[in-house]
Amino acid sequence: MSKIKRGVSLYSYQNETFQGKMNLEDCIRTSAELGAKGIEIIGEQTFWGWPECGVADADVDNWHRLIRQYDCTPVSHDFMLDYKRYKGRIMPFDEQVASVRKDIDFGARLGMKYIRALVSIAPEVLVAAAPHAEEKGIKILIEVHAPLHFDHPWIIRHAEAFEKSGSDALGFLPDMGMFLHAFPPVWKEKFMRLGVPQNIADYIEKAYEDRVLSEYVILDVQQMGGTGPAIAMAETLRHNAAFEPKRMLDYMHRIHNIHGKFYQMNEDYVEPSIPYDKIVQVLQQGGYEGYICSEYEGNRWIEDAEEPDSVEQVRRQQVMLARLLGETEVPTVKTSPTASADAEAASLAQAAE
Amino acid sequence: MMDNKMIVEGSLKAVEGGFSFLGRLPYYRGLGLSMIEDIQVTVDGVVQPRDAVRFSVRGKTYTLDEMETVYDDRWNFGEKAQIIVLNGGLAPGSHTITFAVRNRVSYLPFVPTTKDTKELALAA
Repeated sequence: MSKIKRGVSLYSYQNETFQGKMNLEDCIRTSAELGAKGIEIIGEQTFWGWPECGVADADVDNWHRLIRQYDCTPVSHDFMLDYKRYKGRIMPFDEQVASVRKDIDFGARLGMKYIRALVSIAPEVLVAAAPHAEEKGIKILIEVHAPLHFDHPWIIRHAEAFEKSGSDALGFLPDMGMFLHAFPPVWKEKFMRLGVPQNIADYIEKAYEDRVLSEYVILDVQQMGGTGPAIAMAETLRHNAAFEPKRMLDYMHRIHNIHGKFYQMNEDYVEPSIPYDKIVQVLQQGGYEGYICSEYEGNRWIEDAEEPDSVEQVRRQQVMLARLLGETEVPTVKTSPTASADAEAASLAQAAE
Repeated sequence: MMDNKMIVEGSLKAVEGGFSFLGRLPYYRGLGLSMIEDIQVTVDGVVQPRDAVRFSVRGKTYTLDEMETVYDDRWNFGEKAQIIVLNGGLAPGSHTITFAVRNRVSYLPFVPTTKDTKELALAA
């Protein structure tokens, strides 16, 4: 049995939570039923008010009650640090550090082990906040996300700063989207709905498979007569690439959480563009014992054509992960994923009568 | 993302000096109001002047210029804000409303503008 644990980033359910179709209890219960007991959140998605207005104690109490009730584990509070808060000037260094300290405190309040930093944040800011993280028992993990990757100089600069700091409160959270081994079918279909001709869409998909340099593909598409959406489709190759999962091995001592990014899970439980078999192998080889948190991001690629079914997509990914991790039980959704939001709506309607 | 869910169906109504509808931020999180760079409303093909637009959440109403320096209030994830346009009012019946929002997002290497267009009916 693998020591790797399964979790869900509630980001995955954004299409439903945005519309109020699922509430926090629905998200946590559904994840727990799937055996994905690690819960990751984007603090300001899950908790209205954070960070500008703060979060009421009652909301934090509710969080802890739900985590206990469904036997889950808080994993990560993903924070944003809006350093462009002020029009025309970047937030000063000291204020950025103070802002990260606030998110460390919020993560600790939620019982999180980690807080996620976006990759655009400077390493010096995180190093300056590290002593406070140590005090609070929190690790700050920078999300290594395409187009960045473990051999990119910006990430190497972070790694060097982390080692130099001597702090074990600094680390990495790799997003599996950087290992994009095939052009995602949902991307191709969306670009075709936007008007990209079949021959150009096929060409880009094949060029991606052949690992052709993005700049050549863009020029080729221009010469094929591609405009607007065709150029945009070719330009996705600038921001995505098939990096190798084994590049994580050098950094295993600082990798503490994983974003199980996926764009689509087919009925046969395969993610056609991200090689999860290889990824799980590498993580096991590297002795990883943390969570892989589902991060469904196909929603934005299909919503113009159909209503995303986030829970079904997460279920399929969890079935795949359970298999790859050698679990014998098949993850299953047991109750209606909207049960709590439905009950809440019904009681509000009754109160209004 | 959520582009087609920005305008809340059936939310058009008349208000003192104009009209309003409910709008949501097309984003997977909320944003502090200082990072909302612009909200543009177009009615039946006519762009409404920026200074006629008001943004209202939880009982507080702001002009777009005021919002640029509001650091203690937010447009939360999925929150339905009342978008007010003081244009003197709309005739009853169906109107084509376009709602465009431009955000300043720290980590993005571009400034996104997202818009939604819907037919909304104003009751007589």
